[in-house]
Amino acid sequence: MSENVRIVIALVRRALNEIARVPGAAIPGVLAPTIFMIGLSAVFGRAAHLSFYHATSFRTFIVPVGFLQGASFTGAATGVNLARDIEQGWFDRLLLSPTPRITLLAGLVASAAVRALMPASFLLAVAVLWGVHWPGLLALLLAAVLVMGLAAVMAFWGVTVALRARTQQAAPLMQIAGFIAVLFTTAYAPRQGLTGWLSTVSRINPVTHVLEGVRQGFTETLSWGQTWPALVSLAGLLVLFGALAVRSMLRTGVSA
Amino acid sequence: MRVTIALARRALRNSLRRPQLLAPMIIFPSLMLAVNVGGLSHTTTLPGFPRVHGFLDFQLAAAILQSLLLAGVQLGIAVALEIEGGFFDRLAAAPIPRVSIVLGRLLAGGVIAIAQVVYFLVAGLVFGAQIQAGAGGFALVVAIGAIAGTGFGAIGMVLALRAKNASMVQGIFPLVFVVLFISSAFFPRGLLSSPADAVAAYNPLSYIADGMRNPIIAAISPSAVLEGLAAAAAVALVASVLSVLALRGRLREA
Repeated sequence: MSENVRIVIALVRRALNEIARVPGAAIPGVLAPTIFMIGLSAVFGRAAHLSFYHATSFRTFIVPVGFLQGASFTGAATGVNLARDIEQGWFDRLLLSPTPRITLLAGLVASAAVRALMPASFLLAVAVLWGVHWPGLLALLLAAVLVMGLAAVMAFWGVTVALRARTQQAAPLMQIAGFIAVLFTTAYAPRQGLTGWLSTVSRINPVTHVLEGVRQGFTETLSWGQTWPALVSLAGLLVLFGALAVRSMLRTGVSA
Repeated sequence: MRVTIALARRALRNSLRRPQLLAPMIIFPSLMLAVNVGGLSHTTTLPGFPRVHGFLDFQLAAAILQSLLLAGVQLGIAVALEIEGGFFDRLAAAPIPRVSIVLGRLLAGGVIAIAQVVYFLVAGLVFGAQIQAGAGGFALVVAIGAIAGTGFGAIGMVLALRAKNASMVQGIFPLVFVVLFISSAFFPRGLLSSPADAVAAYNPLSYIADGMRNPIIAAISPSAVLEGLAAAAAVALVASVLSVLALRGRLREA
């Protein structure tokens, strides 16, 4: 195993250790998507009586939104944790090590991708126990890929903001991007049900394709027609936000 | 009274100087309001939904309530940070009535609550909502919101005085949504799924939301508004008493 891979694994393990050793910080992020799923379906459940939901229960419709919310919270948390490490000086010591910066970035982002499976697994378990349709292994595998990918995108964003702001006070900026990205989609209703500006924004928001890619296994059967737009959108987001994060990483501390 | 006002002014200044703490309680509810309205407007056609000018009008009270609850959490975090930093102990040692420490914070919370309610009502009007009860209705919504916001601030203060650290107060953030979801803040009580509909009947947030909503979507109904005012006042009174008791408990421990 190459040294770089070892370092990435070590950084992922460090992030996972944080969950076990400081559970108080991780629990809200793990629980929040499930709370949203239960709450939203209790409140807006009757909305599914509208014809454009095609008899899908609102609970089933909203579960994939929870998956992506969990991914977005986890990605943002990676940025917040990095800002904390910067404030406390630990990140400066990492930068002084002979590890390539790209490897450090890969470790941070990989940890977010792996951690994103926690809220998704918890949400899936609660949802299935509560009667949500079991989507099948292939659909879950696709969902896992998309969730991990979106967590990586949000981690790239979080890292970019953390390296620029260098303070945990920038946390709302990291979180709000994911909030907008996930909810300004077909989160609450199919495209026919959206009105006004949200209808337009959801059409151009690439996360809509990612969400619909995750949702297809829950509401219908998998199709390549809904899978490839999700994968292409995700790949585009990874390239764009990855480039921003790499640029910030390579510039960090250069002028100091 | 002078001490209370001075401490309230200090708390307000601190809030204005750290807008990153104020932003979540305006930005998150505004975004949720925008998404709810854009995604669920067609629900006004469901049987049992009250007659409204638009879904935005119906959702305004929910956004206001959400914002006020988040402000309560932020007030708790601010107090917890003062405890962690040692400033609270210096205040407690100062020759001032200790109840002023609580009242000053709550007064500031009330002023911020008024600003929040006005912001959402004005934003609603800008984006096409109508306040059916006119200027009097506007004032009633502000009054209920100010009292409720003071009460939520007192709850945040109790949590901070008991928990003594900011991250634990921050940890209750998801609970804000839990208590909101089991109320009629977002949707008519008759259209909530079971058991949320049953719980909502006992949740004071339902009455506060319905009291603020009534003047927005219809002519003033005295019963809805009085229930809203009573629920807000009850929350404010109970939470304020608890926060004074929590302060006494903390000073005994110190």
